[in-house]
Amino acid sequence: MAAESVKDVVLSPVFKNNPIALQVLGICSALAVTNSMSVSLVMGLAVIAVTACSNLFVSLIRQHIPSSIRIIVQMTIIASLVIVVDQVLKAYAYEMSKQLSVFVGLIITNCIVMGRAEAYAMQNGPVMSFLDGVGNGLGYAVILLIVGFFRELFGSGSVFGFTVLTPVQDGGWYVPNGLMLLPPSAFFVIGLIIWVLRSMRTEQVEKAEYRIVANSKAKIKESV
Amino acid sequence: MFEHYLSLFVKAVFVENMALAFFLGMCTFLAVSKKVSSAIGLGIAVVVVLTITVPVNNLILTYLLKEGALTWTGLEGAENIDLSFLGLLSYIGVIAALVQILEMFLDKFVPSLYNALGVFLPLITVNCAILGASLFMVERSYNFGESVIYGAGAGFGWALAIAALAGIREKLKYSDVPASLQGLGITFITVGLMSLGFMSFSGIQL
Repeated sequence: MAAESVKDVVLSPVFKNNPIALQVLGICSALAVTNSMSVSLVMGLAVIAVTACSNLFVSLIRQHIPSSIRIIVQMTIIASLVIVVDQVLKAYAYEMSKQLSVFVGLIITNCIVMGRAEAYAMQNGPVMSFLDGVGNGLGYAVILLIVGFFRELFGSGSVFGFTVLTPVQDGGWYVPNGLMLLPPSAFFVIGLIIWVLRSMRTEQVEKAEYRIVANSKAKIKESV
Repeated sequence: MFEHYLSLFVKAVFVENMALAFFLGMCTFLAVSKKVSSAIGLGIAVVVVLTITVPVNNLILTYLLKEGALTWTGLEGAENIDLSFLGLLSYIGVIAALVQILEMFLDKFVPSLYNALGVFLPLITVNCAILGASLFMVERSYNFGESVIYGAGAGFGWALAIAALAGIREKLKYSDVPASLQGLGITFITVGLMSLGFMSFSGIQL
């Protein structure tokens, strides 16, 4: 594992091996908070902090965890970290924590956090695990921000709360697409992101289980 | 009284569908929805676990964690203790423990159901729908009766959604989807359309 460079560990989960788009982990809480960019940013930062710290701590005590109870130990570490994040948000960004409501708590069950603790931190040293956590958190945050960008831009014509496309009700020309603020659009946006990513990196494409035979109707015509 | 519970149930199943309106339990929702039979198995497991865990977490909140909840112990100063910041840790602990107990109980007394649920039971611990329902219960301060109904309704709604998605996906594999949209991509778009359908329930007042 020493051959892996720091840059690889941090950057490969962001583009090459993105946890949301390619491994389909942690989309549970990803979608509901993306209707504006500032909320997505806070959520992304929270996940980066939790993933990085939980990886660090799990890796520090990895030699001492009996493997039969490792899930519970990891869960406790993650839950404690999430409580810290939750309390910090409540203290310094109360409005934001109201908007995020239960989704901060749901970071506990976010598969990215558990998955990285189990797959990476249990086998690697603390520094590398910490960076791996940062990288995976970043990968998650990037997708959140992309989805948040499209939903906020088309849904309310603004980016980070600054008006970019002046909506009609303020005398502008842009008719806001209300659907983008509602839950279904998050699925569409992520589906399209996956489409784009897989068109660029074709080795990720899943094989079709059935193929439609080309021109299967034409033969009948010939025989008639 | 009955109407209140009924409306809570219908609301939890349709209007506030766990999977399609709050995106909870998405990981398992997408991973286990390839076949209708396994989707229904998982759905039943979720209903059972939710119906038990939400009320139990409600009891823990009311008698242990809430501000002044420890008054019944009679200890000095107990009415000033507020442990609600420990909520997240205790809920996830309760869920993990209950799933474990349920697994042992089913193994011993109802082996047929145990075999049918198989690997899905332990998977449920990390399903966000379970923890999410408990957190919603806390946020909306349901009482004990309401939390039983809410747990059952949320689980049923989730089961309904995953069974429906599995039905669609079974047909979908015969269709001609663009190569890079194959599999996951098209599933996302399908779920988006389903969620759009479920949105027509929003605003229903019973």
